[in-house]
Amino acid sequence: MGSTSNNAEFSNPPLGGQGGFPGEIQEIPGGGIVLSKLDDVINWARSNSLWPLTFATSCCGIEMMAVASAKYDFARFGFEVARASPRQADVIIIAGTIVNKMGPVLKRLYDQMADPKYVIAMGACAISGGPFFYNTYSVVKGADHIIPVDVYVAGCPPRPEALLHALISLQDKIKRGLTREQIKSGL
Amino acid sequence: MNNEELKAKITELLAAATFDETGEWLNISIDSKDWLPLAQQLRKEESLQFDYLFCLTCIDFKTHLTMVYHLTSTVFRHNIVIRSVLNRDNPEIESVSHIWKTAIFHEREVYEMFGVNFLNHPDLRLLILPDGWEGKNPMRKDFEDPVNMIKL
Repeated sequence: MGSTSNNAEFSNPPLGGQGGFPGEIQEIPGGGIVLSKLDDVINWARSNSLWPLTFATSCCGIEMMAVASAKYDFARFGFEVARASPRQADVIIIAGTIVNKMGPVLKRLYDQMADPKYVIAMGACAISGGPFFYNTYSVVKGADHIIPVDVYVAGCPPRPEALLHALISLQDKIKRGLTREQIKSGL
Repeated sequence: MNNEELKAKITELLAAATFDETGEWLNISIDSKDWLPLAQQLRKEESLQFDYLFCLTCIDFKTHLTMVYHLTSTVFRHNIVIRSVLNRDNPEIESVSHIWKTAIFHEREVYEMFGVNFLNHPDLRLLILPDGWEGKNPMRKDFEDPVNMIKL
């Protein structure tokens, strides 16, 4: 009776409201039922309690604060509260320019975060150095030279809606259950 | 004091000073060797009392460097700008850090960014740049860094 989850489920994962609660016994036409894997339940839980690290190095930080505050309010999607300690944070939003002097600090913060940890590069500076790409001795040309990045948000700075979209994209990515390495190898 | 009165007073203190009144504030150009005695007088003179050095910076004009000091008085609320041209190959000027304490940090910044040597500064070393940047002066117009810089 019934079938456990198989690879087909990866192509149609339980995303926000489309597939129902993972782990829930779902009836399928023909009288069978579908059971989710424990991994899916864990990923569902993780994706809905991502606490960001308070980390803003320039003007993108203002937009990030706007997303955190009442009008946009990322707590609605489970980002709840920005933590001032990397040990309590799950996601680091790189909101701003990273200079060579800041590089080791960013690396250390990332290393101090507990697994699983995720990184969003917000804005032109965090993606490529942005307006400081040319003729500067001090700016890192993209935060992914220092730590691996999961989601990139374009903009200078991005609108709060864009960051919300990035956060929700990250949730989708986690719910799909693929690691960064699996995605890169084209799985 | 208004600009005219300041101009008269400063001419009294230093006859060699030249003035530029095109801006809001009185610009005074002086020779770098006159700077320390003039600074002491600006600070102490009863009718001037420039007790606040609110900006100290340097400009690279490619042919020469220019030190720029913005002074204000918290008593009289008048402002002046002092400019002094320095030799680009061997820029040297007296430190004013014992007159205005804030100059300790600002002069260290100008030292690391432009390579200006402040004579009699109590602690002249790099302010923000990490070790190994001594003598590289990244704010000079002809500065090149093949490792970190991408040229446009």
